[in-house]
This record gives sequence, structure tokens and C-alpha cells, in this order.
Amino acid sequence: MIIEGKKKIWQEYQKEIADDHYFYVRSCVRQNFFPGSEKAFLRIMQEELGKDVYENAAHTTCSGIGYHSDVVPFDTAMTVIARQFALMTESGYEHFVTSCITSFGLYSEVLETWKHFPDVLTRIRGFLKEATGREFEIPRNVAHASDVIFRFRKEITARGKFRLVHHQTGQPLRVVEHIGCHYSKMFPSKGVGGAEYPYVLVGMVEEWGGEVIDYPERRHCCGFGFRQYVVRANRGYSLANSKKKFESMKPYKPDFILTNCPGCPMFFDRWQYTLSEMEGVTYGENGEGIPVLTYEELAGLILGYDPWDLGFQVHQVPVEPLLDKIGIPYDPSRKFLGKEGQDLGKPASPTVLKFF
Amino acid sequence: MAKTIVVIGGGVAGMTAASRLADLGEKVILLEREDQTGGHLRQWDRLFPNRRPGYEVLDFLMENLEHKVDVRCNQGISSVSQQPSGFSLELEAGESLPCDALLLATGFDLFDAHKKEEYGYGIYDNVITSADLEMMFRSGQKITTRQGDAPSRVGFVHCVGSRDEKVGNLYCSKVCCVTGVKQAIEIKEQFPGAEVFGFYTDLRMYDRHFEEMYYEAQQKWDINFLRGRVSECAENQDHTIVLKIEDTLTSRPLKMTVDLMVLLVGFVPSPETLRLAAMLGIVVGEDRFLEPVDEHTRSNFTIQPGVFLAGASKGPFSISNAIADAGEAALQIHEYLRTL
Repeated sequence: MIIEGKKKIWQEYQKEIADDHYFYVRSCVRQNFFPGSEKAFLRIMQEELGKDVYENAAHTTCSGIGYHSDVVPFDTAMTVIARQFALMTESGYEHFVTSCITSFGLYSEVLETWKHFPDVLTRIRGFLKEATGREFEIPRNVAHASDVIFRFRKEITARGKFRLVHHQTGQPLRVVEHIGCHYSKMFPSKGVGGAEYPYVLVGMVEEWGGEVIDYPERRHCCGFGFRQYVVRANRGYSLANSKKKFESMKPYKPDFILTNCPGCPMFFDRWQYTLSEMEGVTYGENGEGIPVLTYEELAGLILGYDPWDLGFQVHQVPVEPLLDKIGIPYDPSRKFLGKEGQDLGKPASPTVLKFF
Repeated sequence: MAKTIVVIGGGVAGMTAASRLADLGEKVILLEREDQTGGHLRQWDRLFPNRRPGYEVLDFLMENLEHKVDVRCNQGISSVSQQPSGFSLELEAGESLPCDALLLATGFDLFDAHKKEEYGYGIYDNVITSADLEMMFRSGQKITTRQGDAPSRVGFVHCVGSRDEKVGNLYCSKVCCVTGVKQAIEIKEQFPGAEVFGFYTDLRMYDRHFEEMYYEAQQKWDINFLRGRVSECAENQDHTIVLKIEDTLTSRPLKMTVDLMVLLVGFVPSPETLRLAAMLGIVVGEDRFLEPVDEHTRSNFTIQPGVFLAGASKGPFSISNAIADAGEAALQIHEYLRTL
């Protein structure tokens, strides 16, 4: 592997990421899958970095899941998105930040459509006005939240308490980074580093002391693929795709998988359990799985946030081995306590996958 | 008073036209940007379809220039403009060069394989281009992987940068298919036990002896040809290359590993050609190659009287086609000068 070749591509795919004053829109599903992630983003941005991040309570889904599952027509999706932009405009913001990768891809697709087909923009403005009476401005800057964390990765290092280094051996941790398909595969220029060798997560890992693994199935889908999972009869495809990824990355002995999409960590995390139950296989060391993290969870760990405040207790693949490698302290007895200290109950242990 | 023709470009077409014009008694100045004439031919080891050494053709062209053409290398052109009678070229060295006719024989560039990011050229150790392989052949050394091992499996990817809307090149580069077949045979000559694969869109064996060479590749050398475009490549831990392709004859996706992957890069117009064309008001086609007045009957003429075209500035050409085209251009210029 010639790293200089990658660096050349990374230099070609730079994007503008706004510095402050963000209008933040949430993902439909992330708070169920990884409930600490969006909260961690807001805490990092507002409390650590002192940035202005605003959420409007009236914002909705972007309709991306429905759009990519062929149940929401494009005109409907564009009108829903126009309403989001109207909320941004009414709130006095110009920098739009999405939590979800599919949303980011759909916002990019809609904006490109309007750029090349102004008559479509005029039509959608008409639909929105007719339906809601609202008007909107096009955002000056659209970024995914991982772009924003990437932009401030050095500031996070400066405030950080931990590095991605094995605290006993001093060796960099080995990280699989996985980008959501809708981040830059449709519009390479919209993603940091482009589509084939995206840099957005690589940049975080490198900055925080880790080492990125490039394995043969790196570009392959996580297994979500919308129809592969959303259509129940196709779920075998979803599992098969994830399995292909795990088998490809396993020889590289990754310490964890880092993701920036709502779906990818869900499938990497849950399908490791499923595969262990179905086939008795595990992909980490000593019967463990490979922990799967969102970039906000990782940034939170670097900053020294309590792992249970970041929501690691709802991960199917336990993250304790990773915490132990980095040397992050945690209280096992608090793992399944609620916010007010109430006992939430420990889930049943998997048959094969090592559980803590 | 003798008329002066400036031939811009000292590749196959430029060298041929310059020597023909000199033979016809014209005063010719041949300008070449590089430090020697020969163009891309200088980088090529053996030529299709008969695998003769490239230097034989190069030597022939060089000898024809000797003592009759004013060959000036390392000559960049700052600007070129039309004058009341003829043209004036301002050279980067500061010289002003008047002439009565111009021949644009500025040739082509090879497609930059880095642009097909999914193939990993410049990133994966054992992804090379057909031009890189040709230089390896020219060195006289045995072909090896970057790790110094003899390859036991080699893949050739056709149409890299050609017939590809994604990179904006819809045209066929004509000579890559036959180059791929030639190079595949040359690999087998070195490594008879190696498995060699060609991944093609169509195999366009358009000229004399090409089809026979394709037959030879299959029947004598046991080279496998699979129809389908490689979608992506990745690198294994042992530096071999994993490629994914759909075999479109069996409608099956394939994943396979090769020790060395060769990208058969096509032609693209050179930026210098386009710069000169803009200064002279020459029409550029949608494919960004130069347009003659009539591609069938006046293929060496441009819309600007006194400005002529030859060779690969007009599109992909083989060496033999470029030589024939340049000879015709020389005759047309000779006749044009008689009208002045």
C-alpha cells in the first residue's frame, strides 16, 4: 500500500465545513440504536467547544428511509426537505448539519437536483408554500456531523484525556473505519476524502493516535442496504454482506470498528451476535466480538466521558475489552443502572459471544 | 522564395510528415517539446501485431529526418498567431518563428489511471498501467511484483479511461485491446506457467493480423478472456490484488485474486493540443480531439487555411495509421503551398 497515493487523493477531496452556528437535524433511528451518540455530539460541540448548535423541535424525518425503500416519491422527499430548510431559515441559521448519513446523502441529492434543474426548485417552493405557507433559503453550508467532528478533531485532542494507544504496550490501536454509503458514494466531492478512500474517519483515528486498517472488503456495504434489511425476506442478504466484511477484516485483528452512519454500527454490532448464535463464530480475540463505535462515542471516550453516559451498555458487542486496552476506567456495577441509578436489569447473556 | 512549414510535435506523425515534406523539396522546421523526437514510441518495447522491436520503427523515422529537416528539441511554444501572410510562433526561448503553413502533430497523452480511483493505481503496490509494463519489458529485466516475486497470475483490465462515461471519455482508444493481447502473450513468454486473464468490454481486433494474434493468445498461450468491466480492486495482506467483476457472458459476479494487475490506459487529448487549438481557432470535438474539415475527404484540413492536422491530435491512432495519415498530410500541405 502506497500511503502517498492516498494522501494525494485526500488532498483533492477537501470540503468546506462551517465553523459555528449550526442548525442540527437528528436521525430517525439513532436514538434507539445508539442513544448516547447525538447527545455526545451536542455536549462536545456546546460544552467542550463552545459552539452554537440549534435544534428546532418541529423538525421531522427527511424521509430518506422511505425514499430509498421506494415508498416515498422524490417530490415528497424534496418538499419535506424544503420544510426543514424553512425551519432553518425561520430560526436564523445558514449552516445545516445532519446526524444521519442517509439524510446527508438525500440533502446533497436534492440540492444538486435544484442546482441543475431550477424549475424543480420552483415547483417545490410552490408545494411547500401551498401546504404550509412557509418559504426557505438554500443553506450556505451542508455538512454531516462527522464532518464537523473531523473539523474539530485537533481541538478534541487538545482537550482529550485518552489516546487510541494500548496503554500497556504503547502500540497504536488498529481500527476498521466504515463510511456510510450515502456519505460520498453518490457525490464524492461532498465527502472529506471522496468516495473510494474517504478520510473523514481516518483523519479522526490518525489524529487520536490509532492506526487504520485497509482490508479487501473495506468498500463493501455494511449489510443494511435498505431493501436487504427492510424487506424481511431479504434479510439473509444483509447478514451475508456483514459476514463478508467480518471475514475480510478479521485477519487484520482490528481493535474496533468506527462508523459514521446510523445503520452501519447497528448491523455490525447486532449481526456479530446473530452470527455467533447461528454459526458459533466470533471475530474478535478470545471469543469476543469486535466492538463497534460511532464517531461521537469515540470522541466522547477520547474526552474522558463515562462510557455508560455514552450508551455503551446497549451495544450488543461489549466494549469493555476496548476500554481496557485504552486504559479507560469504568464501573461494571453501573453498567445496567439508569440515569437516576435505578436497576434496568441485565440482559440474558449470548450463548457464544463473550458478554460482560 | 522557399516556403516554410512548421511541424509541431516530433512523434510518429510529426516525424513522418516532416521527412515527407522535405522529400518534396519543402523547407521544414520540426518543433519538439521534449529533449528528443520519437514521442510515445520511445517508451514502447515491442509493437503489435508482430511484436517487432519498437526501436526499428523509431530508427527508420529518425534516419528519414537526418540532414533534411531542421529538428529543434526542447522548444516550447508560448503563442501562435495568424499573420497577414502565414503564421508567427513565439517560442519560449524568445525566438519568433514565421512560417507559411502549420502542421499540428501534437499527439496524445495517456489516460491518467489515477482518475479511476476504484482501481487503486498509485495506491496498491501491484496495480500498474500498460505503459509501466512496457517500460519493464524495455528494461530487459524479468517482470516482477513490487515485492520482487515472479507473478503467477496476471490480469489485464481493458478500456481504462476509454468507453467510460464516468470519466467523460465515450470514445474507444482503438489500440488498447490489441496492446492487451500483445502484452498478455509477452507475459506468457516470460512465465509459461502463469495464469493470465483479460477483462474486456469488447475485443476490437479491427486491423490486419490482430484477430490472428487474439486466436494465438487463446490457443497457443491459453490466455483467458472474460467479458466484463472490473468494478473495483483492493489489496490483500500479501500485496496481491482482489478484483471484482461481473462476467457478462455467464451473468455471474466474480471475485478473484491476481499478483499483478495491468490497466490498459487509453488516449486523451493533450492539454498542449487544446491550448494551441484555442489560439488558432481550430474546432475541438465533443471528445476534445481536434476536428478536421471533413473526416472522410479532407481529414488533414482545419477550418483555418494553412493549418493542418496529422495523427493522434485527431483521435486514437495506431502507429501504422499515424504514418499513413502523416504522409497524406504532407502531400496536402505541399499542394497548399503551391497555391500561395
